[in-house]
Amino acid sequence: MLDVDAIRKDFPVLSRILPNGKPLVYLDNAATSQKPKQVLDALTAYYELHNANVHRGVHTLAEEATALYEGARDAVASFINAPSRDEVVFTKNASESLNLVANMLGWAEEPYKVDADSEIVITEMEHHSNIVPWQLLAQRTGAKLKWFGLTDDGRLDLSHIDEIITEKTKVVSFVLVSNILGTVNPVEAIVRRAQDVGALVVIDASQAAPHMVLDVQALEADFVAFTGHKMLAPTGIGVLWGRQELLEDLPPFLGGGEMIETVSMQSSTYAPAPHKFEAGTPPIAQAVGLGAAIEYLNGVGMDAIAAHEHRITEYALSRLAEVPDLRVIGPTTAEDRAAAISFTLGDIHPHDVGQVLDEQGIAVRVGHHCARPVCLRYGIPATTRASFYLYSTEAEVDALIDGLHHVRAFFG
Amino acid sequence: MKLDSMYQDIILDHYKHPHGRGLRDGDAEVHHVNPTCGDEITLRVKLEGNVLKDVSYEGQGCSISQASASVLNDLLVGKELGEAQQIQEAFLELMQSKGQLEGDEEVLEDAIAFAGVSKYPARVKCALLSWMAWKDATAQALAGAPVKESA
Repeated sequence: MLDVDAIRKDFPVLSRILPNGKPLVYLDNAATSQKPKQVLDALTAYYELHNANVHRGVHTLAEEATALYEGARDAVASFINAPSRDEVVFTKNASESLNLVANMLGWAEEPYKVDADSEIVITEMEHHSNIVPWQLLAQRTGAKLKWFGLTDDGRLDLSHIDEIITEKTKVVSFVLVSNILGTVNPVEAIVRRAQDVGALVVIDASQAAPHMVLDVQALEADFVAFTGHKMLAPTGIGVLWGRQELLEDLPPFLGGGEMIETVSMQSSTYAPAPHKFEAGTPPIAQAVGLGAAIEYLNGVGMDAIAAHEHRITEYALSRLAEVPDLRVIGPTTAEDRAAAISFTLGDIHPHDVGQVLDEQGIAVRVGHHCARPVCLRYGIPATTRASFYLYSTEAEVDALIDGLHHVRAFFG
Repeated sequence: MKLDSMYQDIILDHYKHPHGRGLRDGDAEVHHVNPTCGDEITLRVKLEGNVLKDVSYEGQGCSISQASASVLNDLLVGKELGEAQQIQEAFLELMQSKGQLEGDEEVLEDAIAFAGVSKYPARVKCALLSWMAWKDATAQALAGAPVKESA
């Protein structure tokens, strides 16, 4: 069991009293997490003591900054069980990571090249960041974009997997945990079929990395993308993990300083991965913050965090079921389900739900959660989403339920 | 409580019992969306000479966006275009006032109930959705957009 009271003391914002006098109940963790003192202290210490540009200077600060930045890479590699630290590419967020893969494949030579004869496979539950880069790639190359649909209970419909992933499929990209439905997807079935046809597998782990053990070797994917700010780190730092031989073979996307070996006016040669994909001054402090966040998460234990969130999810689902006219969009049990719960409340628009909850100090997300196709699939304009994390409590679930009863009374 | 300054009874009444809802004959039709929340409106404008004969609409969205369309219908239908545009500009000014204006009830009538909404930046777009759609549709109607028959 987590000592949630002790954990909450590490997060200054969680004791905030809002302008209307209500204590904050922060249930928007799928959008971004709050930051513990340990991460904030690491950022301050970096700027107060070590700030310099990385990989260039010979002075003390430059060496310290480089060691801190590269130390964060080691922390990430260990956190995701990467075979090599050189497989960890820092980006600014998961969207950039996914766009980077799409652009590598667009500019690649055979056998990776995506062209007019190729097919790209995604799913209907992707975040827009794992839809639009592939739509762009398909439009630019003439490749065909295909996707898995969803079942009525919020899971991937894999019944036609052999027709969707075919010999023409060059890449399959899907989300490990849906940000809107909370569904945890069956990775193995998809990876097996993709490997059978020789397609690359890209996994968007943005909603997984903060909440459960993430082992890139166990996933058997080729690329895994996630972002720091949802896992206690600052904004502006993301990760793309890629298998080493792929990172060696695939072409760079952004060109500039840092990513080169030699440059003449005619041509350049490139640094080995991961630096080949990190043009320009990287987000150094943010990477240091991510390293501190990982240290914090490791200290608590990812297994313990997953178990805590599972309990909270079970409790929240059971209590939400008490609210009249409430419809959970996504799995209604906690099995293969993460702690982001979307719902509709009668025909009260989610914006109105969110506004009245805000008045009670409860922060939820409303809208289509950058996954509009999911809303279209279930015939709803938007949802209200409550999402939990390691510091969430049953009392906060109770506050949400009381708040929802108040919403119903207000618009009833 | 503060919330009541946003959700005035007038707004809730228009939301629950919208005026002029439904699509009817028009000289131009537009479809506007608020991409942050998914509010949508399809709106038609019918002109007769210089007079706004009808504003008809269908949409889905939050109470603020739906009530605002209803108030628009009340306020603008039957007005001369110049006056309608002045009302639209007054409403826009009120919504951009960040809670600093109360609105002129002589001009805006029920629409002054939205003054409280202007304090909530995330909701101003909801209130303005139908008004921006109306402005767009009117410009298209004046430019001689193709006539739409009723659905």
